Amino acid sequence: MADIRQARTALVARILEGDGEASHAQRRAAFDNAGLTEPLRTLNNKLTNHAEMVTDDDIVAAGAAGLSEDQIFEVVVCGAIGHATRQYDVALAALRAATERSEHAPRDPR
Amino acid sequence: MRLAILDRGHGFGTKILFALIRAVSRQPTPEVVKLVMYRPDFFGTHMKKVTHEAMRGPSAWSVGDRELMAAFVSKTNNCEFCTKAHTAVAGSAYHDQAKVSSVLSDLETKVIGEPLRATLRMLRKLTREHALDVDDIRQVLAAGVSPERIEDALAICFAFNTMNRLADAFEFFVPGPKAFEVGAKFLLARGYR
Repeated sequence: MADIRQARTALVARILEGDGEASHAQRRAAFDNAGLTEPLRTLNNKLTNHAEMVTDDDIVAAGAAGLSEDQIFEVVVCGAIGHATRQYDVALAALRAATERSEHAPRDPR
Repeated sequence: MRLAILDRGHGFGTKILFALIRAVSRQPTPEVVKLVMYRPDFFGTHMKKVTHEAMRGPSAWSVGDRELMAAFVSKTNNCEFCTKAHTAVAGSAYHDQAKVSSVLSDLETKVIGEPLRATLRMLRKLTREHALDVDDIRQVLAAGVSPERIEDALAICFAFNTMNRLADAFEFFVPGPKAFEVGAKFLLARGYR
């Protein structure tokens, strides 16, 4: 079986806890998609729900709000990984629940 | 590419590498390569490890199946660049481009078996609705898919739900079919490292 746990943990730790141009709080807020102010809130909502609808104007607005390109790069990366992480965690929890139940189901009393 | 730093902000050595890629492939440097090579210590180095393990690590799914999953998740996200890229890789891996096109246009097609179809349905629901429940997983298990194969498919879903968003947010240039054909040969030969 493929095992992405170690690499994924390292990825998330790096983007959230390592050095960066955006603050740790900004990166965490983008990852969680919670607590962002405009225009990053709109950018991150589009990113998570319909990334194909992100426009030049969304990126320009982030720059006009004072973010450098490196900071925009980092918060967008954090937003994308945060969203994929929530999906992945929900799915793994459902998988665990489904397999635990089947493992503990009453055996056929033949 | 929406951010100039992702287009032109790489170090000198990386720019030389891009020039070599262009010279050898006779195609523009893929923008996904520009992304993962920009400040790789922040994102690219780690993301490549995740993606390589999901797509080329040990798994009961074939490489073709995994590339089909990548294309299918990308199509569900309406990500043109990634859909075209992984459609090309899946077609090459299967030696059957028509099979891939058939699945992407109609999941109920009989060209794939029920285990793969049930897995793709699960990935579509997770990608669209951002949630799965126990019953969704049970349907896949009932189709004969092992828990390990389900977890492998979820790893692919993680990788491409990340990359699709970045491709669209940064607006990757979508090249012509020849570039994707060249990219497919590279990814089948070298993987995602």
